[in-house]
Amino acid sequence: MILLAILVLPLLVSILCWTPFIGRRIASALTVASCLILLALAIGATHRVIASGSVVAIRGWIEMDALGALILLLVSALAVTASVYSLGYMRRTTHDASLLHHYYGNFNLFIFSMVAVPVVVGPSVAWLAVELTTLLSVLLVGFESNREALEAAWKYAIITLTGAAIALFGFLLLFWAMQVAGGSDYTWSGLMLVAPHMPPAVMKIAYLAILVGFGTKVGLVPLHTWLPDAHSQAPTPVCALLSGIETSAILYVILRLMPIARASLGLAVNRWALVFGLISVGVAAFLLIQVHDYKRLFAYSTVEHMGIILTAAGLGGQAAQYGAMYQIFSHAFTKSFCFFAAGAVLLALGTREIAAVGGLARKSPGAAVALLLGSLAIAGAPPFAVFLGEFTILKAGVAGGHYLATGLLALFLAIAFFGILLHVNQMVFGIEPDAPLEASRIPKTSTLAMVLAAAPVVIFGVYVPSTLHTLLIRAAGIIGG
Amino acid sequence: MTPVTFLPQLNALAGGLFLLCTFGMVATRQVQGCMRFFIWQSIFLAASAFLLGLHPVVWDLIGVAAINLINKPILIPWLLRKTVPGEVYTRREIDQVLNIPTSLLVSLGLAIAAYLITSPWLRIPAGPSVGVNLPIGLAAILLGAYTLTVRREAVPQLLGLLSMENGAFFTSIAIAPTLHLFIELVVAFDVLIAVFVIGVLTRAMQEHIGTTNVGSLATLKEEPRP
Repeated sequence: MILLAILVLPLLVSILCWTPFIGRRIASALTVASCLILLALAIGATHRVIASGSVVAIRGWIEMDALGALILLLVSALAVTASVYSLGYMRRTTHDASLLHHYYGNFNLFIFSMVAVPVVVGPSVAWLAVELTTLLSVLLVGFESNREALEAAWKYAIITLTGAAIALFGFLLLFWAMQVAGGSDYTWSGLMLVAPHMPPAVMKIAYLAILVGFGTKVGLVPLHTWLPDAHSQAPTPVCALLSGIETSAILYVILRLMPIARASLGLAVNRWALVFGLISVGVAAFLLIQVHDYKRLFAYSTVEHMGIILTAAGLGGQAAQYGAMYQIFSHAFTKSFCFFAAGAVLLALGTREIAAVGGLARKSPGAAVALLLGSLAIAGAPPFAVFLGEFTILKAGVAGGHYLATGLLALFLAIAFFGILLHVNQMVFGIEPDAPLEASRIPKTSTLAMVLAAAPVVIFGVYVPSTLHTLLIRAAGIIGG
Repeated sequence: MTPVTFLPQLNALAGGLFLLCTFGMVATRQVQGCMRFFIWQSIFLAASAFLLGLHPVVWDLIGVAAINLINKPILIPWLLRKTVPGEVYTRREIDQVLNIPTSLLVSLGLAIAAYLITSPWLRIPAGPSVGVNLPIGLAAILLGAYTLTVRREAVPQLLGLLSMENGAFFTSIAIAPTLHLFIELVVAFDVLIAVFVIGVLTRAMQEHIGTTNVGSLATLKEEPRP
């Protein structure tokens, strides 16, 4: 029941937002309220998962285990901060207030598509949910309707939908492989049962098609070209959702398939993940250095982090998988906070150019502190949560004897750390450009959202509650060896 | 010769025409012509699903044929005309990334590659139609992806995408005939949402930027903006 409520709530609120007699203020208040309820429901569902292993709404269709619960929890938590951030931010940046109906209506639809991914158990339904995450966010990416936003939205739609079509072929082959192996239950667990008997020749192409197809959506190099555009041109709260959790929610589907593919193809599956992951981390680390737009900086950092998570999954072993789960968790909070800080700079100064920002510490101290905190946290400085995740992964890599992969990962992380802080240092403490920009005030609701988003970034770096620890261990167990 | 033995041959004919339409989408310059080839491609997809569903009777496949016949040749063109401004359809692409003879050669290569990739799978015991539908479906996916990369207009790019989905379903009617009909219905709905969203985006581009030549959109890159 609780899962059905989680699915229906955002849909219902979305319809309400588009109802003619609902005002702009009510639409925004409804959105925030529904996201809060969603978070409460997600926490409730997660507790049940921890207590009894899984929650079932419709057997064979809508069920959730620990791995799904982790994603659902993050989606709903980020939905809360993004909806609060939207209040002031969207009012300030949208010239035509009547468009805000569309924004909130679409926002809720996007949330719906993201909560659908972790609660469905059929691969074909999961494919649909992933396809919907694209379709229902394209118009949000292009919301500002200028040349750049429309270009970003177009690339986003076409490239990721092409990826989805390739993945669809993969999922159909997977169904075939399951039938050849004698299975009839097309769910994650049904596949796991017959996985050892699936014909490897078919399974190989099926898994690679899904890895490449959904990898496009996750932003794995070299399929990432659309990501910095879409994740920088969308309105900031949408960027926070896209970068913070949407990419991880798609990666979740790939991770889900890893044990199934491994049962049929052996350790080659881990090697593919390792290679894809390391290439993404490495390329993103170098691309980070040469950006000129600070929202693109954080977008490239998302490519880097997806690479880290996939690398961790490829390293294999319980400790590395735990690191991957912790990384999904900490990246979601930290990246959304980074985008909120970047949005605050954009609101204060009205420019996206790093070179035009210099001297932020004096012009807008609040935004400067947030930006510095966010960048240190996302770059992996101690004592923040991302550091803990990366440290766990590196430790697991060394313990597992993957010296080359771990060494490369450590090197790329160091380069990315340098790249991010180079730019942020210039923005916060750099020399002020000739024509100083007037800083405007940041809306109160946006500040509130930043405080809400900052809390987990700081807290989970030094303290992991035992229920969270249990959840992460169970989730890591599902991905397995 | 009984009608039953005739069915696989008819299916092979539908497959051949399906592939021909896919080539047509690569070769035609007019937006309108590209649309016509897509409609025929969808009709041959429905025909193949219908033929495979006749003996033994598989209602799921006949359902798939019906869904496709309503969705693609009728609903999708209607929805596109509703959302995309009429003048976009009269356009002709002068500057494709590669010229058409070269494109056709590349397409031929892709189609052969599709046969080579799928040939090891034909040893797996499956229905007689797999040998036809699997390589042709994969060829349509590859050609669709190719259409996407060389076309510069918005609507042909969308049609390339839809051709990829057609390819995936051309395969699925042979290898996964019992995939839930409910899922086929939802996917058909999902394709409509895709057409709607991309149509709205195309109209927004026409209104705000004044062009639907998406190949020329290249403002976003790592360079300082003035």
